[in-house]
Amino acid sequence: MRLFENTAFQIKEKILSREICPVELTEHFIERIKNIDPHVQSFLSIHEAEALKKAAQIQKKIENAEDVGFLAGIPIAIKDNICTKGLHTTCASKILKNFIPPYDAFVIKRLKERDAIILGKTNLDEFAMGSSTENSAYNITRNPWNLDYVPGGSSGGSAAAVAAGMSVMALGSDTGGSVRQPAALCGVVGVKPTYGRVSRFGLIAFGSSLDQIGTFTRDVKDAALLLQAIAGHDSYDSTSMPISVPDYLSEIDAGVCGLRIGIPKEYFAAGLNEDVQNALKSALSMYEQFGAKVIDISLPHTEYAVAVYYIVANAEASSNLARYDGVRYGYRTSKSNGIVDMYCRTRSEGFGNEVKRRIMLGNYALSSGYYDAYYLKASKVRNLIKKDFDLAFQNIDCIVCPTSPVPGFKIGERAKNPLEMYLSDIYTIPANLAGIPGISLPCGFSKEGLPIGMQILGKHFEEKKLLQIAYAFERETDFHGKKPILKFSSAQRG
Amino acid sequence: MKIEQKDIEYIAYLSRIELSENEKETFIHQLSDILSYIETLNRLNTETVEPLSCAINTTNVFREDMLEPSTPLKDALLNAPASQSVFFKVPKVIE
Repeated sequence: MRLFENTAFQIKEKILSREICPVELTEHFIERIKNIDPHVQSFLSIHEAEALKKAAQIQKKIENAEDVGFLAGIPIAIKDNICTKGLHTTCASKILKNFIPPYDAFVIKRLKERDAIILGKTNLDEFAMGSSTENSAYNITRNPWNLDYVPGGSSGGSAAAVAAGMSVMALGSDTGGSVRQPAALCGVVGVKPTYGRVSRFGLIAFGSSLDQIGTFTRDVKDAALLLQAIAGHDSYDSTSMPISVPDYLSEIDAGVCGLRIGIPKEYFAAGLNEDVQNALKSALSMYEQFGAKVIDISLPHTEYAVAVYYIVANAEASSNLARYDGVRYGYRTSKSNGIVDMYCRTRSEGFGNEVKRRIMLGNYALSSGYYDAYYLKASKVRNLIKKDFDLAFQNIDCIVCPTSPVPGFKIGERAKNPLEMYLSDIYTIPANLAGIPGISLPCGFSKEGLPIGMQILGKHFEEKKLLQIAYAFERETDFHGKKPILKFSSAQRG
Repeated sequence: MKIEQKDIEYIAYLSRIELSENEKETFIHQLSDILSYIETLNRLNTETVEPLSCAINTTNVFREDMLEPSTPLKDALLNAPASQSVFFKVPKVIE
């Protein structure tokens, strides 16, 4: 196996046994990014000097037999909406083109303390608003499995970087599926933790009642390792919960014998791609063989989730994005006539069309005369959606369903029609509205050879159980072990 | 809900975004489509349903009123498009 295809656990072992050293490893990945990324376009910035410096420090610690963090030397890529002190953080927006955060996000601080190597920052839909990474103001990221296809979004850069072997792990953020959907489309494991499990201090806000930082890894054990590193309470995020974090790796092989798996009929309805449906069916029959009980359930308000989401998320976004006014940081227009004109020109020149559309939709839903009809109505239906889950979880341990209704779509295919793009997230949005955790893992391939993702949803703060259920499937299958063959006309093949 | 020219102009004003005539035209169509889709929510009777704004039970978080370090002034001004001395500099606010 080539080094860039290793999991974090394999790399950890090689580093601690001194089979490879962190500096060599970091150089290997930087080289890989330089060769591959011109074709995939995952990264917005590469932190070569900082990464090598950190690697040298860890190497020295290992040579001196000093204690190292449990992510020592493991390369990681970070979605570019998570603040990194002294290093550009753009949200893939022109309005933050030159923004250099004066502080680290909580999760970055944790990664540094645990001695991970931050390789660089990855592409996203501008301000995480999108499902394809086509809305970036800078690049269009491509799906490593087929460069004509989108990698999903909004954390498409992070998903593609892990899938293409340019990083071992990555962080993303998930407001309506932005970790799970790209993980599914790129054939990697993506975890969206419970709302409140991971501090969002330093995550640039989109929809504050929905946003959660999540992980991309090559397998389930790596996901447990990375989640362990970032989970926990932070006094700088008042929505992070002051409750203990379990050991996600111990008992990960507990299996599913006797567990009750709910299958929501609404997630297997019209519009579901046949290949996805077949992959899920065979995964479910495997779970039955492993001793789980599969139970039909109903989440009757599922069909309203997308409509609720586009009111709630955009209302929150319109308020969060009011801060981009050209005063304290970010882009400012070069000429203006007074301060209000400066605000307007700055925002009109700095934001892309999808961001403008969502700010306007959010402001409309919150504006006088429409608040009750839109925002209040959506908040009430949100409660019905959450109650669907509460009721279902009284009788089951988890829900298994597709992550995305289709294995993928081509670049440009949905870009013209915002509503069609919004419907890409139909299976992932409900979990954000209800605040519950979810994981997507590879469970098959389409006829065209694109990966298919299976989603497992659980009760609040039951990530440990989700990882066990996911691992029970993964250890008996090899979908996660398949690697894309990068097809581009160059001597440097993947 | 059909969005009209005056609606889009009002929303753009609230959003502090300027739109060209072409953009107005595009956004009128797109926002009308999206809002029509959102109106499927009206099929549900929610008279007795409480609104939900946060999915996790949270209570207000208090802390002791202790002095803690804050962002140093020079760091806070580092990203300012324009600054002078210890201030952010902006165009004239009052004529």
